[in-house]
Parts: sequence; structure tokens; C-alpha cells
Amino acid sequence: MLYWDQEKECMPREELEKLQLRRLKETVFRTYAFVPTYKEKLSQAGITAGDIQSLDDLKRLPFTTKQDLRDNYPFSLFAVPMSEVVRIHSSSGTTGKPTVVGYTKRDIEIWAELMARALTSAGATKNAVIQNSYGYGLFTGGLGVHYGAERIGASVIPTSGGNTRRQVMLMQDFGTTLLTCTPSYVLFMYEAMQEAGINLRNLKLKAGVFGAEPWSESMRREIENKLGIDAFDIYGLSEIIGPGVAIECSCKNGLHIAEDHFLAEIIDPVSEEVLPDGCPGELVITSITKEALPLIRYRTRDLTTIVRTCCDCGRTHARMQKVLGRSDDMVIIRGVNVFPSMVESVLLNIPGVEPHYLLIVDRKGNLDQLEVQVEVSERLFSDEVRKLEELGGLIRKDLESNLGIGVKVRLVEPKSIPRSEGKAQRVIDKRNL
Amino acid sequence: MAKQISVFLENKAGRLSHVTRVLGTAGINIRALSIADTSDFGILRLIVNDPDRAYQVLKENGFTVSETDVLAVQVSDSPGGLAAVLEQMHEDNLNIEYLYAFIGTSGDDALVILKVEDSKKTTEIFRQKGIKFLEETQLYRL
Repeated sequence: MLYWDQEKECMPREELEKLQLRRLKETVFRTYAFVPTYKEKLSQAGITAGDIQSLDDLKRLPFTTKQDLRDNYPFSLFAVPMSEVVRIHSSSGTTGKPTVVGYTKRDIEIWAELMARALTSAGATKNAVIQNSYGYGLFTGGLGVHYGAERIGASVIPTSGGNTRRQVMLMQDFGTTLLTCTPSYVLFMYEAMQEAGINLRNLKLKAGVFGAEPWSESMRREIENKLGIDAFDIYGLSEIIGPGVAIECSCKNGLHIAEDHFLAEIIDPVSEEVLPDGCPGELVITSITKEALPLIRYRTRDLTTIVRTCCDCGRTHARMQKVLGRSDDMVIIRGVNVFPSMVESVLLNIPGVEPHYLLIVDRKGNLDQLEVQVEVSERLFSDEVRKLEELGGLIRKDLESNLGIGVKVRLVEPKSIPRSEGKAQRVIDKRNL
Repeated sequence: MAKQISVFLENKAGRLSHVTRVLGTAGINIRALSIADTSDFGILRLIVNDPDRAYQVLKENGFTVSETDVLAVQVSDSPGGLAAVLEQMHEDNLNIEYLYAFIGTSGDDALVILKVEDSKKTTEIFRQKGIKFLEETQLYRL
């Protein structure tokens, strides 16, 4: 089966845009009427629901930021009474007040539909055995995937994150065909399989849907080659709905954004101007069917590009490229923007280098320093100092020419870089900025 | 030829004691060792009584390990003993990557562990020139 909902996923663009406009008008009307913060924002911008005459009017609307969610903690942005809210999710809140999101019964239904589309796009059917290793709980990953997998009638193994030994044992014994988790966790699982002596030929795993953190094309190749599976990128964020906002199709050339539910724009993060298709910038999303928490022009902080050209798979929905990085993950070193994903791409193109790395940023005197830690695998190891130093030098040169700044490379022992069962921490910034 | 075990170590407190404890617990006796170090990392090179087992237990304990072929050369335990061997090697254009001393002796001779560039050529010339070196089994039994 190619599509979950062919009518919606392959809707002619003209028809799709009509639907989008109708839903955008409704959303502006509802937020103005039911959310005091939006009433204030829209009034300040001098806009009423009646002013929305075309999709082009979207750019006149005010932005919503994570700070707006924090300022309205916990429920003040909800557009429905709490009696209509059937589910609440929340961020971990490690950098301040957590952001809280709510869902009505219909929101949950739509979310399950979107995840059903996503899993189908990755090849799942009702015969699939889906091992869901996203964390269950306040994080949207676990339950998001779960509902979508049940909707298509697949057999779900709700392993959640952690207990990796048991994860790989169940993967073998239960015949998992599709795995869902973060890209860093699947590589950690691979190591656990090696240690447990599991023969990959005994696995039925065919595909994985990986997301919740940016990952590069090289990382995809690494995962696909090591595990012999198809690796699909999925995008989402709890503020918008959770996983399922966008998903790759078998063409693996961009993630289709579910445009019947979300309007996507790319803006220049500094000037806040809307950029034309194909230009890299910050992704901004407006949810046009959400009942409990509709957000207008939400600034995702994720950097990517959007194209609206036809895709070979037949879907008409716009495609976003793999996320290059989050503007919050970006480190500015001596004025140069560095994303962990750039370092990852360079490292994985060097044979024998494992996809486990750590960026340590420090300031000595007035000078920022970037140290990249790379694990020395058996393939890289030589018992001659000269050869190891040559290797370090080669990695350093490659990084420096790609990043445009000086880098120190430190070779570290295997498995000394902490493994993550959820989102990997790639940067430690020791500067007190 | 003899097998040397090489281990990658970060320059961090406690790493060396960890390796030696792992080997000790596995009942492996270290007969010779040397460390090559840089500011960030070191390479520990070991001659042990059971290299295959040492390789196994170190790998199981998460170390990056490799096995390297080296020569255990017998040199006369008297002034100029090592010099005689090295001069001969120089004459025959045999390059040395590194060398270190063995703790025990073989009869009256001292032992030096040599890693050479071309081990095949070196062993041939040693045989021709009468430079003695121990076979693997002899070495581990010392």
C-alpha cells in the first residue's frame, strides 16, 4: 500500500489551497474569539478574521514563540474549555518552565491519522510488527507513534526507551519489522546487538522511522548499511501536534508536510521576512485544524528549506529537507555558525569513524575553542603513534575545511562518549556567555 | 615471531590501572611492556603469557585492542650486546619502528622486543647472520 489516505495526500494543489484558506480563516476566527493572548496579538497587528482573503495574507499574522507558551503556562493558550481536553503533553522543561500542549478528542484522531500516514509512507501495513522505542509519557513520541500504529492495524510493541538489551532481544524474538526511535538510539541498539551476538540475518527488521533530533544523510547511510534496513526521517514537534507533521516517502528526497493540517513557511530568522521556496531558513508552522491548541505562525527554530514541486511518489504536499539543525543547537564559535549535523557529515565520510561524537566548546582567554571528540574503533586503531596522529590530523583538516574554523580533534576510547536512549547530547558548551 | 597486545588508552586517571587489573583478574602475566604517549592518548604495548586470551578479555572489557607481530631478539647481556645487533640491522637496511626491553632473560641472554618495518626480511637476515630470536611458544613459557 502506497498511501494511507490517497485523497488527502495527493489532493490537487488548487483544491488543497482552497481547503487551507477555509481552515486558516476558521483558525484565526477561533483564536481571536477564544484565546485572549491571540485577541491581543491580532488586535495589535490590526487584523480581524474577515481580513484573511487569501493564503498570502498569512504573512500579515503575528508570530507565536516558545516564550508565548511559557508566558501562558500551563493552559492559557487553549482555545477550548478543559472539559473538552482529553490529553495533555509537556516538554521536559530543562531550560525553564515546560511547554504544555493539549488535545481534544478530535485532535487525537487527527494525530493518529497523520501518524498512520507516516508509518504507511515508511512501508507499514496491518501486517507490520512495530517496535516503538520512543519514550512513553509526557513526551509526544511514544503515544503519537502508538496511536498511528494501532490505527493501521499493525501489531505494536510498546517498549518505550531504555533497557536496550531487552529491546534487541524482543526485536529478534517478536519479529519486529519496523522500529521507531531516535536515530542515535538505533545505533546504540546496533552496538547492543553486536555485544549480544545477535545475527542481523535473524531479524525481520525492514525499516525504521527515526526522528526527534536532526540527523544527516551520512547518518542515514550508516544506519541503512549497518542494519540493512530503510531509514525514514519523521518530523514533528509537540507544540504543533507531535510526530507526524512531516514524513519522508520512499523517494527519501524531503519530508512531506501534512499541508491539509499545517501551513508551512520559511522565514529569515533575523529579519522575519518570508523567504521564497528553496531558500534555507527557519520553519514556521500554522496549525489549521487543531482545536485545543491552535498556533498561528509558530516559530519552530528548526532550520530547513521547503519545495513545492511534484514528488515522484504522487503526493502533492510540500516537502521540507532534512532539518539542518536547530537554531538552539547551533553554536557560534568565533562568529561562525556550527551545527552538530555538519560535524557528523564530515566524520561519517571518513571510513571507520563511528557516529558517536561530542563537541566541546570552551573559551581560553578571549578565544573560543572547539574540540571534537571521536571514538577510536578497532578499524581505526593502529599501534603506532604516528599513524594515530595522522588520523587525527586528517579528521582535523576535513573538519576545518568544512566548518571554516580551527578545530582540535581528540581521539577517545570506544564507548566513552555517553550513549543516549532518547535525544543525543552532541554539544557541551563550557563558555560562560 | 611473537604476538604483542596493543591497547588504546586515553590520558585519563585510572586507565592504566584498569587494564592491568583486568589482565590480573584473568590470570594473565605481563612479561614486558612499554607505553608510547602523546598529550591526549597513549598506546600500551604488552607481551603476556597468553596473548589470545588477553586480547579476548580486553575486548570484552571494552578496550580497543590489536595484535601486532614483533620479534623477541636475544642479545648478549654484556656491554655492547644490543649495539652489535642494531649495527648489523643498520648495515642490512632493516628499519625499526620501536623497541623495548623484556623483563626476564633467556639463559645468559637479555631479550629485546623489536617491531620492525619488514618482519619477513628481518627474520631471514637474522637467521643468516646468526642473530637469535625466540619462537612464540618459547617466549610465552619464560
